[in-house]
Amino acid sequence: MSPDSLVAHNGEFAEDHSHEPNNVFGFWLYLMTDCILFATLFAGFAVARHQYAGDVSGKDIFDLKYVGVETALLLISSSTYGFAMINAYRHKLGAVIGWLALTFLLGLGFVGMEINEFHHLVAEGHGPDRSAFLSAFFTLVATHGLHVTCGLIWMATLMAQLTIGRKPLNTVYINRLMCLSLFWHFLDIVWICVFTLVYLVGVQS
Amino acid sequence: MDLLGRMTWGDLAVLESPVIMGAGVFMALVVVAVLGTITYMKKWPYLWHEWLTSVDHKKIGVMYIIVALIMLLRGFSDAILMRTQQVLAHDGHPGFLPPHHYDQIFTAHGTIMIFFMAMPFMIGLMNIAVPLQIGARDVAFPFLNSFSFWMTAAGAILVNISLVLGEFGQTGWLAYPPLSELKFSPGTGVDYYIWSLQLTGLGTLLTGVNFFVTIVKMRAPGMTWMRMPVFTWTILCTAILIMAAFPILTVTFGMLSLDRYLGMHWFTNDLGGNQMMYVNLIWAWGHPEVYILILPAFGVFSEVVPTFSGKRLFGYNAMVYATVCITFLSFIVWLHHFFTMGSSANVNAFFGITTMIISIPTGVKIFNWLFTMYRGRIQYTSMMLWTIGFMVTFVIGGMTGVMLALPGNDWVLHNSLFLIAHFHNVIIGGVFFGYMAGYTYWFPKATGFKLHDGWGKASFWFWLTGFYVAFMPLYALGFMGATRRMNHYDNPAWTPFFDIAAVGALLVLCGIACQVIGLIVSIRQRHENQDVTGDPWNGRTIEWSTSSPPPFYNFAVLPHVDALDAFNETKKRGHEARETPVYSDIHMPRNTPAGLFMAVAAGMLGFALIWHMWWLAVISLVAVPVIFIVRSCNDDIDYYVPAAEVARIEALHNARVAKLEPAHVA
Repeated sequence: MSPDSLVAHNGEFAEDHSHEPNNVFGFWLYLMTDCILFATLFAGFAVARHQYAGDVSGKDIFDLKYVGVETALLLISSSTYGFAMINAYRHKLGAVIGWLALTFLLGLGFVGMEINEFHHLVAEGHGPDRSAFLSAFFTLVATHGLHVTCGLIWMATLMAQLTIGRKPLNTVYINRLMCLSLFWHFLDIVWICVFTLVYLVGVQS
Repeated sequence: MDLLGRMTWGDLAVLESPVIMGAGVFMALVVVAVLGTITYMKKWPYLWHEWLTSVDHKKIGVMYIIVALIMLLRGFSDAILMRTQQVLAHDGHPGFLPPHHYDQIFTAHGTIMIFFMAMPFMIGLMNIAVPLQIGARDVAFPFLNSFSFWMTAAGAILVNISLVLGEFGQTGWLAYPPLSELKFSPGTGVDYYIWSLQLTGLGTLLTGVNFFVTIVKMRAPGMTWMRMPVFTWTILCTAILIMAAFPILTVTFGMLSLDRYLGMHWFTNDLGGNQMMYVNLIWAWGHPEVYILILPAFGVFSEVVPTFSGKRLFGYNAMVYATVCITFLSFIVWLHHFFTMGSSANVNAFFGITTMIISIPTGVKIFNWLFTMYRGRIQYTSMMLWTIGFMVTFVIGGMTGVMLALPGNDWVLHNSLFLIAHFHNVIIGGVFFGYMAGYTYWFPKATGFKLHDGWGKASFWFWLTGFYVAFMPLYALGFMGATRRMNHYDNPAWTPFFDIAAVGALLVLCGIACQVIGLIVSIRQRHENQDVTGDPWNGRTIEWSTSSPPPFYNFAVLPHVDALDAFNETKKRGHEARETPVYSDIHMPRNTPAGLFMAVAAGMLGFALIWHMWWLAVISLVAVPVIFIVRSCNDDIDYYVPAAEVARIEALHNARVAKLEPAHVA
């Protein structure tokens, strides 16, 4: 401590708690922990992926065209979210809400298609309790789907806060949109891994 | 609809045996007494405003340590029960604990001591010390910090509920399948285990993120990486380990729950499940966890030794690099927990060698502490005793660890009492001694008065001798073939060793009694032991430059750090010319009950899932995000403390110190 330690620093080093860059940095770290969560599930899937126990294999149940549409919905929703962010930085609230709404619908479509896929599998007797492969498949894909659902709830909340709640599009809310943006793109990346390692590899072996 | 799920009158475990009845009644009496006293003294508003809703890291730290100390008593009563059982139950005598109950006790003992004693103790110490050591006014995310604490508390409450309602796991503290699968553990025990640990695990994960951001982003001006106190360094590494390891735990328990609730086959015996995957995953978390616990203890010793030797730490750089090294290595040794799995010799050799390599950076640390003490003016306070006791004990534990690291040896000693002796050797002699030193060291900082050192020393000597008497016989028993977790045995040659071990447990009991008495005595004599200056030990790091307990904003003016051991440098130069400090408004977070409410809802969710009360599960599952969303709509989460108020608080402190000054100077 130097003698000038008794002189205030006039906010030169922000000790602020609203200190927004910390939020984005903290959220990044949370995403990295989430990444490990998915990595563990992928490892589990890798161990269980040939354990069919006399039930179906990936080749029997995966419909690449269907999953392709699902994938397209999610990837496009990442772009539309990007447009929402561009407009957020320009402080165009109307456009932000418009792009977010579109993103929301695409995400909802993705989750809906996934639920439909699961429903069919269970209805045909290939539920997660039939084999280790199916357990791993359902767990991994549903964990991703659950994350997307959380993202949708978050998105709806932000839209409501910005419209009905009349919250201003200030640093606080732009940073929240930014965190959700990180989350949304992160889920896209995870999905690309799911699509490749579960579906594309699955239809071959 | 069945409102109580699968709960019936028969689940009231207190009716089952006099032992549980006694424990249950005792617990109920304590709870009633505490709640009654609070109500009688009309302390609810105080408790609510100052503690339950607090986002102040110092208060959260104190609450963590209170939880840890209470759970220490709970975990230790389990230990006493086990030791007593093994004294009685041999050569045809069944003892007083039937297997069904005994298995719950050893499971609860391990689970509680690691997750609800050691972890909260460590997180409590880091909450109290880290922001002060780096010259910050709070942690990066104060609200999250409060939520993390209450999640841990919710988990601890679930564990204690299992004592009277239902049962706890009977699977050992890591709940290996297939035993922990629904087929073999159909009761509520494993579910209590899973959900209490999921709650506290989530809290811990968020704490890891929180403290990593705090240390990276909120250090005082001038505090470069290599000017950080070693304790802060160890917490930084612990935060990294938490972030990397706890998600694995969450997933592993998640998979086990899916097996149990949805009939999946991750770890079952049939339909392709793989039991060894669980063991691999749980130890991929579990081994880093060992270092999550021990690194902060190393950090405490690195603060205590220089302070009470009156010297700077020997080999600061080596200490930092050794810590980072251990952080990395801790991720590539997990397989040594199950050499007997049957991996190839090469795989076992790899993990054996990496395990042995860890002893090198650890040895570096031991030598650094020794060289710090060499030619120092050592004050043998209780903290120093804990440290020296640690050095001797931990080295022995480390060496038996290297013995176990040899796969050939391990095949003989696997799951024997030798292993039990080894890990108690490092966890008691390393982790616990370290936390006790840290507890005594920062106690005046957190409360404003010192602990009674005589009782602290008495506690140390009982713990040290108690440890050796209790665990050295277990090493011998391990060689004689005694395995862990035995309800009873039939080898008369073992009996004397178990008898001696029980005496050791009684000595430890005396040590705990001394701690409790010491705490009570210190609170009663708090005016004599008061720490007026804020620097009771002639400390070296900047947490000692503010008052004890620090004002809620920690530092009236943020310190400027220009050296390692910055406060010591300041004192060497003589207290700086007392210019009139210029105070400015200080930005602080507001208290909030949201973290408490969310954790209560999460605790109810856990309870509902354990008992299959689906209606309650749905309600509480919705409640958690709803509370969070409501909180996120509140923009009034912070405020400014006016400079005049800061000046008033500082003037009060300065007046108290000034009153002391004449005596101090003379």
